[in-house]
Amino acid sequence: MTTATHPLGGPPVPVPAPGGMTAPLGPVRATFGGALRSEWTKIRSVRATFWTLVVALAATVGVSVLVSIGTVSSKSGVQDLRDGDPTSSALTGFIVGMLAMVVFGAMAITAEYGTGMIRTSFTAQPRRSTVLAAKAVVLTAVALFVGLVSSFASFLIGAQIFAGKGVHVSLGDPHVLRAVIGGGLFMAVTALLSFGLGAALRHTAGSITAGVGLMFLLPVFQSFMPGAWRDAVVRWMPLNAGGNIITTKNTEHMFTAWTGFGVFVLYAVVALGVGFWLTDRRDA
Amino acid sequence: MDGGPVIEARGLTKRYGDKKAVDDLTFTVRPGVVTGFLGPNGAGKSTTMRMILGLDAPTSGTVTVNGRPYVTAVAPMREVGALIDAKAIHGGRSAYNHLLALAQTNNLPRRRVGEVLELTGLTQVAKKRSGGFSLGMGQRLGIAAALLGDPQVLMFDEPVNGLDPDGIRWIREFMRTLAGEGRTVFVSSHLMSEMEHTADHLIVIGRGRLQADMSVKEFITRNSEQSVSVRSPEPGSLIRLLATAGARVETQRDGVLTVRGLEPARIGDLAFDAGIRVHELAPHQASLEEAFMELTRDQVEYRANSDHNELIGA
Repeated sequence: MTTATHPLGGPPVPVPAPGGMTAPLGPVRATFGGALRSEWTKIRSVRATFWTLVVALAATVGVSVLVSIGTVSSKSGVQDLRDGDPTSSALTGFIVGMLAMVVFGAMAITAEYGTGMIRTSFTAQPRRSTVLAAKAVVLTAVALFVGLVSSFASFLIGAQIFAGKGVHVSLGDPHVLRAVIGGGLFMAVTALLSFGLGAALRHTAGSITAGVGLMFLLPVFQSFMPGAWRDAVVRWMPLNAGGNIITTKNTEHMFTAWTGFGVFVLYAVVALGVGFWLTDRRDA
Repeated sequence: MDGGPVIEARGLTKRYGDKKAVDDLTFTVRPGVVTGFLGPNGAGKSTTMRMILGLDAPTSGTVTVNGRPYVTAVAPMREVGALIDAKAIHGGRSAYNHLLALAQTNNLPRRRVGEVLELTGLTQVAKKRSGGFSLGMGQRLGIAAALLGDPQVLMFDEPVNGLDPDGIRWIREFMRTLAGEGRTVFVSSHLMSEMEHTADHLIVIGRGRLQADMSVKEFITRNSEQSVSVRSPEPGSLIRLLATAGARVETQRDGVLTVRGLEPARIGDLAFDAGIRVHELAPHQASLEEAFMELTRDQVEYRANSDHNELIGA
């Protein structure tokens, strides 16, 4: 056994037989299950990820509650609530939570490109679609969890606030449970869409810009459109299409809840498809 | 191990636009020895290594590890351990979690993480963020990752870059021990002096092209001529004598004669027979550095100024 100096200084480090095995490694395989466990380790071991999710949750619930309080503070607000859709009013904060999910989804892959970790990942598992698919699954599960907690918290607190002004809404009412669970799904698919963009573009700033543009800037153009166009086009915009899932009443010129959400899922599928395809054929 | 080739490149070519980074490389890397992969900066070493690992796709040609493309390996980490870029890690993750995430991809047992940490002397800093690591520690972490799967093939790209002498010695010994165990060790460097102490076999490239593929000994013999330094109080007579015997003789500034074309023993015998006193007779073998510079003289990619030594890192 030889010894060597530790670059940090201090006592020499023993250098045992380089294999350094306490017991021989049996036959192993690089599997999808292994990739899933690896991605779970990656996602839970970086503080930035944790804080992004905390922000997503706090912002969604916080804004939802503030808007709910604001709504019931005026007589007209309470009347609007009575005539309109109290469930979606209680989930107003989702617009902010979405933003955090765009960041979360993109960073899950662009952080690996930014640090160079992607080359280490693709060396350990050279089948790149296995790595990406495992990332997508773990990311979706985490986003869904955060989304559901945000959604139920926002709704239940909002319903309490509304009940104080005599507007009653509960999970047992028609479509309400679907809308509240839909909030979780909306967040999960938003993260997935952003992940697809991130895989395609590889750069954090570019991917977040693209995600924010697609989700939040596109709807701005609707105000410049002639009326007839607007009615035909607006429902296809990602945020509008996906947003139907968190409402309990149909809006004019918009898709129904599940059709709209299906359109939104389609956007995510296209982004993922492009991301996977480019990742597979490019040099890492 | 049957001693057959482990890494096998055939006509490997990588083109970026109209520039060939790697140009028709054919070579094999065998187990049980340290194979040095040498070339000036920009010669295509890293690109070649990335193609071996499937990170970059060759424009043409093939490269296999254990007889098949690396990307088709059942357990890639069992076959090849690679240190391509020690900084290619997420700095926010601890050394332990970094290694754990890698081990999990190949379903390697968790205990293996502790073993490689111990092996590279990182146990005490395992829970610290790797972003705060010194260059040497980062390099150790990269080596720990490469060893996770106890692979038969190890590839290191410029492993001693930026390390202090202790770190360099540590890595050098480590590579020699790994090769001694029958593993295949393929290590790149732009420093000939480094390879002289580490490698048994050399693959030299310049501008993406193969310049030499031979043992270190053979490399020196082929690329340099042996000369003999001779000191004598009667240089004039000695020069005439040796020239008659067919040698080429140069007189150095300090009066020492540099003799080429005659063996040291022959020079001594000739001088003795002629009664010429000789005070010093020393064979001189060119260093690997000199041979390397000779070989890649026209291959240095970025000729910033006329000083070769700077470019080759001497």
